[in-house]
Amino acid sequence: MSEPLLTMTGMGISFSGVPALTDAHLTIERGEVHALIGQNGAGKSTMIKILTGAYKRDVGTIMFDGKPIDFSSPQEAQRGGISPIYQEINLIHFRTVAENIFLGREPKRMGFLDVGRMNREAAELLRRFAIDIDVRRPLMDFSTAIQQMVAIARALSFDARLVIMDEPTSSLDEREVTVLFDTIRKLKRDGVSVVFISHRLDELYAVCDRVTVMRDGRTVSTAAMTDITKLQLIAAMLGRDLKAVSERSTGFAGVTGTKGGAELLEAEGLKIGHRVRGASLSVSAGQIVGLAGLLGSGRTEIARAIFGADPFDAGTIKFAGQTIKPRAPAETIALGLGFCTEDRKIEGIVPEMSVRENLTLALLPKLARMGVIDEGKQREIVDRFIKRLGIKTSGPEQKIRELSGGNQQKVLLARWLCMNPKLLILDEPTRGIDVGAKAEIQSLIKELADQGLGVLMISSELEEIIEGANRVFVLREGQTVADLTHEEVSEQRIMGAMAHGLDSVNEDGVVHG
Amino acid sequence: MKMVWSMADAQAIETGASKPNSFNIITLVRRYPTLTALIILLIFNFIVTPHFASWRTLSVNLTQVATIVIVGVGMTLVIATGGIDLSVGSLMAISGAAAPLIFLSTFGKSHHALGIVLAFIVPVIVAGLFGAFNGWFITRFKVQPIVGTLVMFIAGRGIGQVVTNGNLQPFKNPDFQVIGLGHVLYVPVQVWIMVILVGLAAWVIRRTLFGRHILVIGGNEKAARLAGIPVDWVKLGVYAISGLCAGVAGLVTIAINFSSDANLVGMGMELDAIAAVAVGGTPFTGGKATVVGTLIGALIIQLLRYTLLANGVPDAVALVVKAGVIILAVWLQSRSRAR
Repeated sequence: MSEPLLTMTGMGISFSGVPALTDAHLTIERGEVHALIGQNGAGKSTMIKILTGAYKRDVGTIMFDGKPIDFSSPQEAQRGGISPIYQEINLIHFRTVAENIFLGREPKRMGFLDVGRMNREAAELLRRFAIDIDVRRPLMDFSTAIQQMVAIARALSFDARLVIMDEPTSSLDEREVTVLFDTIRKLKRDGVSVVFISHRLDELYAVCDRVTVMRDGRTVSTAAMTDITKLQLIAAMLGRDLKAVSERSTGFAGVTGTKGGAELLEAEGLKIGHRVRGASLSVSAGQIVGLAGLLGSGRTEIARAIFGADPFDAGTIKFAGQTIKPRAPAETIALGLGFCTEDRKIEGIVPEMSVRENLTLALLPKLARMGVIDEGKQREIVDRFIKRLGIKTSGPEQKIRELSGGNQQKVLLARWLCMNPKLLILDEPTRGIDVGAKAEIQSLIKELADQGLGVLMISSELEEIIEGANRVFVLREGQTVADLTHEEVSEQRIMGAMAHGLDSVNEDGVVHG
Repeated sequence: MKMVWSMADAQAIETGASKPNSFNIITLVRRYPTLTALIILLIFNFIVTPHFASWRTLSVNLTQVATIVIVGVGMTLVIATGGIDLSVGSLMAISGAAAPLIFLSTFGKSHHALGIVLAFIVPVIVAGLFGAFNGWFITRFKVQPIVGTLVMFIAGRGIGQVVTNGNLQPFKNPDFQVIGLGHVLYVPVQVWIMVILVGLAAWVIRRTLFGRHILVIGGNEKAARLAGIPVDWVKLGVYAISGLCAGVAGLVTIAINFSSDANLVGMGMELDAIAAVAVGGTPFTGGKATVVGTLIGALIIQLLRYTLLANGVPDAVALVVKAGVIILAVWLQSRSRAR
């Protein structure tokens, strides 16, 4: 085999002292489609950003086409033959197809735009992919799939030899995915290499030659797609040894089999966009229900729909026996729901406000009499929850952004707990939180459930789900594929369901897909 | 209602900052750059400008600044939600056009007292409704506030001209003109209105549910929605309040002028109000608001112009200096915030 097109070795980068990549590596052969996978924060995007010059690496060498490279901007990388095609396609929707393809380097004659030549060349380029469209029409007239083709054509017009596709199929329907895969195979035939980032494992087997798995900023494995099973891929991504279950423990000591009182929440056949295609789950009072699934399996979408933050297309949601169709969080909050988002910084905290204000954000209407806030009552509640949850802060007036991630999360939990909720939806409740605070939050969740609170907990950490949940629903591509009790749950079963759906799970405890 | 704070205290309380522990002069200057600037400007004038320390000078300056501050109060609330309101000048024109239509009508002449009362109330409510329309338009169609209120900026003055056929409406009606020419306890009526509105708004921001919701929306709209805050209603409310304030300012303006001209009333007011908010220290990113700051900001701009004019500097130059002050104020605030 000839020398590889791209070799990245010993890559390292830190952001304000926190390492994002440690000795990571990636090798791409000429004319291969290479999958790059890993959980959120595993370092995939950081690798790509370093490669395209968006970030400056601390250490490591990059060899491209036999020469060391060090691009300082994505534009430079593009001229050098590396073209990323981003998730939100980076084009101007109201300009014509041809203008988009030649954006920034339009053919000119005597200083004027040579429209004729531009249109001709654009059409020619697209015909290489068997796409015959009017390049003089604005881009927004065409489907997402065609727009993506235009982005790829644009990349190729730069004589790209390495095309990077970040989640290219996330907004495509099945037919469009087929078209995209045909294009990728054509690229391959022309000797262009492709880095393919996707969370949908089935797609990798359909179109990729090899795969590199990243975890915690390191490269953990590289293999030919034919040599690795889906289960092995998931194990590598999650950092689990298939044979030996690690001994580490969470703060969920003593959780046992299915328990719970009256049924609180029941969702049946939920459909939301392309992402969620028939998901069902239920939560009883006093129960911690785990919702497991790979990224992109629709976990967060389901949680948001139940809470009323986003609309859903089909299915029913029942809360305490009554069918609800919430249009805004205010409606479900009134019923006794609470929701901690996975994105604490963007959707959770109000960074410039104090711990006091953040903690009582949802409670404010109840603290007001004739529209005026009873500050004495407010302070009393805030002090009580700071004490009860052990929130480390210099005082209720400290700005929340100055707190550590774990303490911010405690404030957000308290925001709902002070409302006396019946059901709490927790999306990744311990992500990005140090070990100590993590165990504290976990044991708090358990304690609350013991007192009768229903909890729906989304987590990417299998440990948390396995040890913490009384009952687990597993999602795969927007469908519920398994319903397991605490006793039935095991890593193999969850990962098997994530990978293959129903088939790999034993007969008992399987819900209809 | 406690109204006995010093201005510095009020500023601190409104923004939720903790009270300074030590009354060290340097920390005070750093914490309240706008107040410091106002004080320096006052001291400068006491020394340099002839006849500065007189009741008349104070009265003239406060009278001239009152409409800007009244509009600035509403503008501060809008900006605290992360929005902006360009329509205030046009809404002043609408309210200014409506009032004489009422008290000059045959009904208004035959029922004098009722006509005057209606001439105070109806135009303000109309301006408030137009403001509410701004809020509805922005939230319903998810339009950027600068674009959404631009519509009313353009249309509002047109509406004012249409209802008056583009005519100047001259009048002499002492009972109505109390709002621009009258005095209570030697203080001009519009200055009383200004002080009351500033105090009321400061209290609303500090103590009420509505006020806290305004700041939460400006601070993190997504979090506000997920916490069940009725974001769209609160926004509709602040634009309506901004309209009401503009309505009041419109009445003051025509009362001073003995006439209403829809082409001129409130012309450029949106920029003066925004400048006062900026100099006063309310950040345009939303989430914080200081109405007292807006008052101080407007006073600085006014006093600066007065200082230059009183010392023989032409008005054209004064405008350039005004721009310079805005830049300086914003720069000082970005520095004190970065710390």
